[in-house]
This record gives sequence, C-alpha cells and structure tokens, in this order.
Amino acid sequence: MNRVSLIALGVLATVIASLFGLVLIPNFQLESMGPRSIQQPDGSTAVYPAELDSYLEAPGREVYRDLGCVYCHSQQVRPEGFGADIERGWGARRSVPRDYVLQSPPFMGTMRTGPDLANIADRQPSQEWHYLHLYDPRITSPGSVMPSFKFLFDTTVGEAPRAPLGFPMIPLPETYVDEPTWIVPTERGRALIAYLGTLRQPFEMEEVQ
Amino acid sequence: METDPRDPGRAADVRERAVIDRSAREVVLLWYGSSVFWLLLGSMLALVTSIKLHTPGFLADWEWLTFGRVRPAHLNTVIYGWASMSGVGTLLWLMARLCKIRLPWREGLILAGIYWNAMVAIGTFQILVGNGTSIEWLEFPWWVSIPLGVVFLVLIALTVKMLRTRREKHLYVSQWYLFGATIWFPFLYVAATVLIHSPAATGVAKATANWWFAHNVLGLWLTPIGLASAYYFIPKVLGRPIHSYYLSIIGFWSLALFYNWAGTHHLIGGPLPAWLVTVGTVGSMMMFVPVITVAVNHHLTMAGHFSKMRFSPTLRFIVFGAMSYTVVSVQGSLTALRMVNEVGHFTHYTIAHAHLGVYSFYSMIAFGSMYYVMPRLVEREWVSSRLIKIHFWACAVGMIMYWVGLSFGGWIQGLMMNNPDVPFMDVVQRMIPYLWSRSIAGTLMTIGHVSFAILVWKMIRREGAWLVEPTLFVTRKDAREAANASHLPAPATGGHAS
Ligand code: HEC
Repeated sequence: MNRVSLIALGVLATVIASLFGLVLIPNFQLESMGPRSIQQPDGSTAVYPAELDSYLEAPGREVYRDLGCVYCHSQQVRPEGFGADIERGWGARRSVPRDYVLQSPPFMGTMRTGPDLANIADRQPSQEWHYLHLYDPRITSPGSVMPSFKFLFDTTVGEAPRAPLGFPMIPLPETYVDEPTWIVPTERGRALIAYLGTLRQPFEMEEVQ
Repeated sequence: METDPRDPGRAADVRERAVIDRSAREVVLLWYGSSVFWLLLGSMLALVTSIKLHTPGFLADWEWLTFGRVRPAHLNTVIYGWASMSGVGTLLWLMARLCKIRLPWREGLILAGIYWNAMVAIGTFQILVGNGTSIEWLEFPWWVSIPLGVVFLVLIALTVKMLRTRREKHLYVSQWYLFGATIWFPFLYVAATVLIHSPAATGVAKATANWWFAHNVLGLWLTPIGLASAYYFIPKVLGRPIHSYYLSIIGFWSLALFYNWAGTHHLIGGPLPAWLVTVGTVGSMMMFVPVITVAVNHHLTMAGHFSKMRFSPTLRFIVFGAMSYTVVSVQGSLTALRMVNEVGHFTHYTIAHAHLGVYSFYSMIAFGSMYYVMPRLVEREWVSSRLIKIHFWACAVGMIMYWVGLSFGGWIQGLMMNNPDVPFMDVVQRMIPYLWSRSIAGTLMTIGHVSFAILVWKMIRREGAWLVEPTLFVTRKDAREAANASHLPAPATGGHAS
C-alpha cells in the first residue's frame, strides 16, 4: 500500500472512531429510553415527557427555532455544586437525558445572555406577562437587552380592537404609551407563548452514568 | 530560498513555478475573491449582531434582522464563505506547488466555486427568512448542507489525483494536513447533517453530534489548512527548512487522534451520560501533545529570525496566527477543566475563545497566505504597503481588544451568574461596557477588512506594478541596512522565484 492510501485510511479511521465514540455509542445507550408513566401524589398517572400538541405547541417550537431564541437562552439545568442553576430557581433538579427524548433536535443551548428556560412554564405562568415581555422586554424588565418581537403582534391605537376567538387582547401600560394601545398576538406569537408554557422538567429522574 | 536568478538551474525552477502558478490563476483567484466578498458581508452581519446586544433597539423592527437570525448568518458566512473558500484557494495552490504539477480540472474547479458561492448565498438567505435550524454551526437547512458537503467529492478526487501524479516524490507535512482536511470536512458535514435531521440519532445524541461536528470544523478543517500554510510559508519566507520533520509528523497524527474527541467539552454539566463528558475532557487534555509539538517546531524554525517580521507582511500575519494557535489551544484544553468550565461556560468567555481560534489563528494565517500567493498568480505587486499596514494593525489590535474585553467580561459574567445572590438583571447590566468594547473592536477589524478588500480588488484588476520583488513594509534598502546591522542576511522574502 502506498503512502497516500495509508494517510487516507488513517485519517478516516480516526474520525470514524470518534463518530462511534461520541455519537453512535451514546445513541445506542439512550435509544431505548422513551417517555415514562409516573404515579402522581394524587393517585393519577402522568406520562413524561409529553408530546407537544400539533395545534399550537409544536408550531410554537418552530417559531422558537426560527427566531433563534437559543442563541441567548439555554434549556438545561446544571447539577447542584456546579454553577448555581438550582439556587437561582432555574429548576428543582438537574436535567437528564430523558428530558430530551422527544425533542428533535434539543435546544440545550450554549449561551446565557438571558436566563435558562428549561422550567420557564413553572417560573412564569402568566401569559399576559409573556406577551408584554415579548412585545417589548423593557416593559416588564427595564434594562433588558432582549430584542423586542413587535412583529409578532398587531397593534391598535385608540379604540379597543376585536381579537379573533382564542386570541388575547392586551392593553399596553400607560407609562409605555401616550394613547391607549392594545396588542393582539399573531398566530405565531400565540404559538410561541403556548410552547413556552410546556417548558418544565418535573419529577425525580435518574441520571445516566 | 536564497535564489540567484542568474544560476541556470534556478532559472529553470523559476520558470516551472511560474507555469504552475499560471495554471492555478483563475481558479484560485475565484475562490480567494469570493472569500473576500463573504468576509465583508460577514463583518457587516457581525457588527449588526454586536450592536444589538448592547442597544437592542437597533434595527429591531425588521424580523429578518432579528438577533437570533443575524448571529447565525454571521457565523455561517464567515465559516463557509470566508474561511472555507480562502482555505480551498490556498489548498489548491499549495497542492500544485508541492506536487510540482499544474493544477488539473480547472473548469470543474471554477464551476465548483460558483456552486459553492450559490449554496452559501442560499443558505444565508434561508437563515435570514427564518428557515435556519438553530443548531449551532449547522444552521443551513439540510438541503443546502448536504449538497455543500457532497461537492467535496470533487476535491477529494482531485487531491488524490494530484498526489498520485505528483512529480516531487517527497510528501511534505503540509500535504498531509491538506489531504486530511479534504477528507475530514465532507465526512463531518454530511454525517452530522444526516444524524441531526434524521431519526438516526435521538435526543441528546443529536446534541453530541452537533458538538462533535462544530468542534471538528475548526479542528479538522480550518486547523489543518492553517497549519499546512504555516508549515509552508514560514520556512519559505525565511529561506530555511522546518526545524524537525519528525515533530511535524507526530503533530499530525496526534491531532488526528485527539482533536476528534474533545467536542463534548461544550456540554460539560449538561444532561449527558457522565462518561461522555469525561471522554471530552481527556481528549482536550491530550491536545497538549500536538499543540506543543507544533509550537516547538515553529518556534525553533523562527528562532533568531523574528526580526524579519518587520519586513514581510506574509510572515507577520502568519507568525501572529501561529502564536495564536498555541494560545487558543492551551486555552481550549484548560476550558475543559471542570473548575474553568463552571465559570466560563454559557458566557462571552466562550465567544472570545472561538474568535481566538477562527480569527486570530486561522484568519490571520489566511491573510498572510493570500499576501504571498496573489502576487504570484497575477504577476503584479500589492498596490500599497500602507494599506497592508492598516490591515495588519487594525485586525491585530481589534482582535486583541476583542479577546481581552470578552474574556474578562465573560469571566465576570460567569462568576456573577454562579452567585445566586446577584439578581440576573445586574449581570445583564454589568456586561454592557464589555459588549461595547466588542463593537469597537469589531469596527477596527472591519476597517482592516475593507483595506484588504481594496488591495485584493486592485490586485485582481492588475493595478499594481509588475512583480519584481515583493511588497515589504520598508524599502529594500532600509531592510538591507537593518539586516546588516544585526548580522542577518538581507530579507530573503524572495523575488518571484520563491
Ligand atoms: C439577545 C439575547 C436574547 C434573545 C435573542 C432572546 N432573549 Fe429572552 N431574555 C434575554 C435577557 C437578557 C433576558 C433577561 C431580562 C428580561 O427578562 O428581559 C431574557 C428573558 C427572557 C424570559 C424571562 C425569563 C425569566 O426567567 O424571567 C423569557 C420567557 C424569554 N426571555 C423568552 C425569549 C424568547 C421566547 C426568545 C425568542 C423569541 C428570546 N427570549 C430571545 C435575552 C434574549
């Protein structure tokens, strides 16, 4: 065998080895893991994690992807003793592989310009807060550097508009506008907030060694 | 190489090199020229992204320019447009020179260049209209990234053909790296795209596929090209051989063995099986082997000749890049340590680190290579040594400012976030001055890029003087005097001959 084929072989072998080691073997280890039913304190059973509904939540996840929220927000809680994620109230326990079995792909994130969102549904249950925050984060969080997403809303000045069935109509605070103004989320805006409402990592879950 | 054009054997060599350079002219100019276009566009996108982080009202009403779209658009234009295209240009030229054959398949390579441009343009457009994937470094939709990876089959076939028909029997270490890179990149790109977009991998395995890929784009694609260039141009400009052939081979195989495994250090503390994170940390530590061998080898080649950086633009850019390689790799290995990662992860510290790799190391070497190659392709001189100076200093100062500001700021950000008594909003506010420093640094770097683009434009339009001797930072006479004063030979940057 000549020099050139030898290099080609070596080069391929090393990269294939790491593909197996870092991706295919862990995938094999975790593949069989799926949602689990869990006995709740009140006797009922819950399936965790649950599928997103295809009506609002799954399209909402697409909006989250499309607008690149992942570049400022992670969705993973680090274990106790490693950072202060749990102390900050970003989750009650660390995130584990099972939390992500239905997510394709998971938005675990690598940047925390904003807070972790793995459990935002529990931390901030108010939809109205989310709509105002999304419209302009400076309304709810003065000094925030999160972009405003006004294009996810229809704005009406003067008279209250008639929102379509199922769409909330939210007045902007008087300190923010001169004239009475209402916002109504678009289809995508409503879907995004519905998706945020699904973000929670509850129950005790086993770690994987 | 010290050349005397009157020596008949040398004169034949000179002619041969000119024939090879001429064969590569159109192809390499196309890849280089396109890369500079993407560099300019990428810099604009970078500035917009950076400004939005401290002044969120900036261009806020246009959905297609929202932060979460311009940021990936910036990354993908600079990686797949600027860095990859300049890399392919250098790769083709170096391969032809080192194999001592004319560049084959010229029409095909021009078509491939046009195709590559079209794909990067379509991919970037798709990100801006909201079809990006939000998977870092793989934001192009799969129907763009697969065709991009597949066109590399042409490059693999081409390098194999060139190596088999080579007229110089000895394989120089640069050829090893370049050949490795052409095989690694398409494999990584296609495998990662398939795993992430198909059910072949599930859940967190998709995240490990993501970081296996993203880490290796730098490690197994841009790094080998950067090192191949440094290994070629440093000895070439100095006119002395590389310090040790054996060290360079050890460096190559240890890089091939260990770099692959380091990617999961981007997921430390994350929801992975514990052993995976350990593997990533071990891989990162092992990276000390290739890094130290390369650093020692380059340093010993340069030893005693650092003063030549005063004269040669190529050398100045490339030595800056080669030194950054050592710094960024050591920093990368340390970042995989738990106690460093606990603070630096999820902060601007990581962003600073990434730029030290792709910019300070890779891009500076790419600039240096282009300063050497383009005059030989066009047979004209660079029009202005002042613009080269502006380019160098704006980019070097900008980069250092970028790195210091964001590393420092990111570290503070990490310490504050890890202290639960500090309200999150205080962290956000505390970062603002550091984010401003990044916008200023980015502006400086963009000024450098514009100077470079002007130079390249004028070069392609053949506005420079006929190539007699290379553009140096000082006149030939100053250089000779300075060299005499320090008992060094006159700058052997070589004329057309080298
Ligand atoms: C430029 C970075 C950035 C982007 C992009 C971004 N955010 Fe934020 N986000 C922040 C910052 C900073 C905060 C903290 C201050 C605040 O509450 O606004 C935050 C806070 C939040 C909060 C409140 C978290 C809490 O704990 O109270 C939510 C919810 C949120 N963002 C959702 C989103 C969504 C959804 C998107 C995408 C449409 C998004 N963010 C995009 C930076 C960003």
